[in-house]
Amino acid sequence: MAAGTASGTTALRREMGALLGFMERQRNIYKRFWAWEVVFFAYSLISVCSIGYLASGLPSIGGGAQVDTRTTQLYLLAGALLWSYLSLIFMEVAYAIGIERWEGTIEYTFMAPVRRTTHLMGVWCATVIYGLVRTAVVIAVIVPLFHIDLHGVNGWSVLVILLVATLPLAAIGIMVAIMPLLAPEKGEQMSISIQGVFLLVSGVYYPVSVLPQPLHALGLASPLTYVLDGIRDALLRGRSVGDMLPMLGMLVLSGLVLIPVALWLFSRAEQRAKRLGLLKRSG
Amino acid sequence: MTGSSRGAAVELRGVSKRFRTSGGALPWRRSRSEKVALHSTDLCVEYGSVTGIIGMNGSGKSTLVRILATLMLPDTGWARVFGHDVVNEAAAVRRHVNRVSVEASFFKSLSPWENLLYSARLYGSDDDIRSRSSAVLRRLGLPESTFDKPMRQLSRGQQQKVAIARSLLTAPSLLLMDEPTTGLDPRSKREVQGFIRAMRREREVTVLLCTHDLAEAEVLCDRVVVLDGGRVLADATPEGLRTAARTATLEDAFLQIVGRSIDDDVDTPEES
Repeated sequence: MAAGTASGTTALRREMGALLGFMERQRNIYKRFWAWEVVFFAYSLISVCSIGYLASGLPSIGGGAQVDTRTTQLYLLAGALLWSYLSLIFMEVAYAIGIERWEGTIEYTFMAPVRRTTHLMGVWCATVIYGLVRTAVVIAVIVPLFHIDLHGVNGWSVLVILLVATLPLAAIGIMVAIMPLLAPEKGEQMSISIQGVFLLVSGVYYPVSVLPQPLHALGLASPLTYVLDGIRDALLRGRSVGDMLPMLGMLVLSGLVLIPVALWLFSRAEQRAKRLGLLKRSG
Repeated sequence: MTGSSRGAAVELRGVSKRFRTSGGALPWRRSRSEKVALHSTDLCVEYGSVTGIIGMNGSGKSTLVRILATLMLPDTGWARVFGHDVVNEAAAVRRHVNRVSVEASFFKSLSPWENLLYSARLYGSDDDIRSRSSAVLRRLGLPESTFDKPMRQLSRGQQQKVAIARSLLTAPSLLLMDEPTTGLDPRSKREVQGFIRAMRREREVTVLLCTHDLAEAEVLCDRVVVLDGGRVLADATPEGLRTAARTATLEDAFLQIVGRSIDDDVDTPEES
């Protein structure tokens, strides 16, 4: 019994060390490619700003005095900021396999004595930290730029939603990461297409109610829809964590269901890749 | 082909692997064909030995290595590493195995030190990693000034030395070396070969060495397995192969066994 506990502790320590290894590797890659990161940051900032200016220009486009500029701006900026954060995470997690193929290290990582969960979670954790820091910097720029009045915004609720949302989003990220395993040459493009579908159906820039029926149903099935709704409620209506407990509970539940499903699908894709001999640099 | 009293580090029985390939851009014009990478293969590698696998490109060497590294599933048969099945006990196998391949595969923008730290963390052997890495790299003849440079700035030989250091830092019991000296200049090649010899003297490690360099196989290997078209054609000591073929060199013995020149080599996608 004691020996079993000791070996369990050793195994856990080893997995935690590996998790740290993946996070450290990601950090080192960000450091070495700092110039590219500056370019990506600038692109992200420009995208968010253009959405902010779109909101500013709506009254002169046709809305007239009926448009509540502050609400519209916060609504659209929340979507733009969250999408900038989520698309970074989608891309980085999907790229967890793509980068290994590109660098030629895929075989070395897959033959290391590490659980795939640890591998994917390590990349995920590093990306979430990096994404939050980058989004915080974008927010620090756009708040004074658009004279955004944060009075009445419930910051705690926003933070709690973002943290809880990591569960279902991790599952989606792992599912997206399967693509480069299934199709070595076209996997990354497939990941981008899936990302586009989420952008369309999850109500990033509009309520999902405006979508036609099949897309509306997809929107209701997407966890991102609820994350966006929750964040907008916290930003525009100052709703507290207590008010949003049912929605938070649903996000936790969806994460607890989707993560094992995503890991199972990933393991099936890995087995297929091993059967067909696709775990190579070129596939 | 049976293991000696010291026991088998690696055992394969009836292992086969075939790949389907397709050509043509359009689905309805796509032609499909099959290539057998390994026919029903039996092999036993003695614990603590250096066993050479020699064969031309497409002979099945890399497929064999990938199956033992748990990177590929055999179609039939079974393979065990230190008694653990490579399919059903892959996690246990991975703790004992590391690999040096023909391409020194690294994160090219990261330094040798960053790559080694990453690898050591995956294998749970990150205690005192900086000094251990430095010691191994120095011993392999890598200049200290390169330790913190991006890998892409290192020469091919220097990258291969870092690859060898990476495999050794995790203290594997089975080291799979897939053409580790291919493309190296004569001096780097000699340094790497010297290091393999020294490593054998100093610690108990089983080495499976796939190589095209028959002189290298002759000086480093206790046993040589000749693989051709996915079949084991011969399995003996280098001297035994020469004696059986009545030739002066291992290269002549090899050519006689496979029945054609090494220049007839045909590259295949499976073996790349």
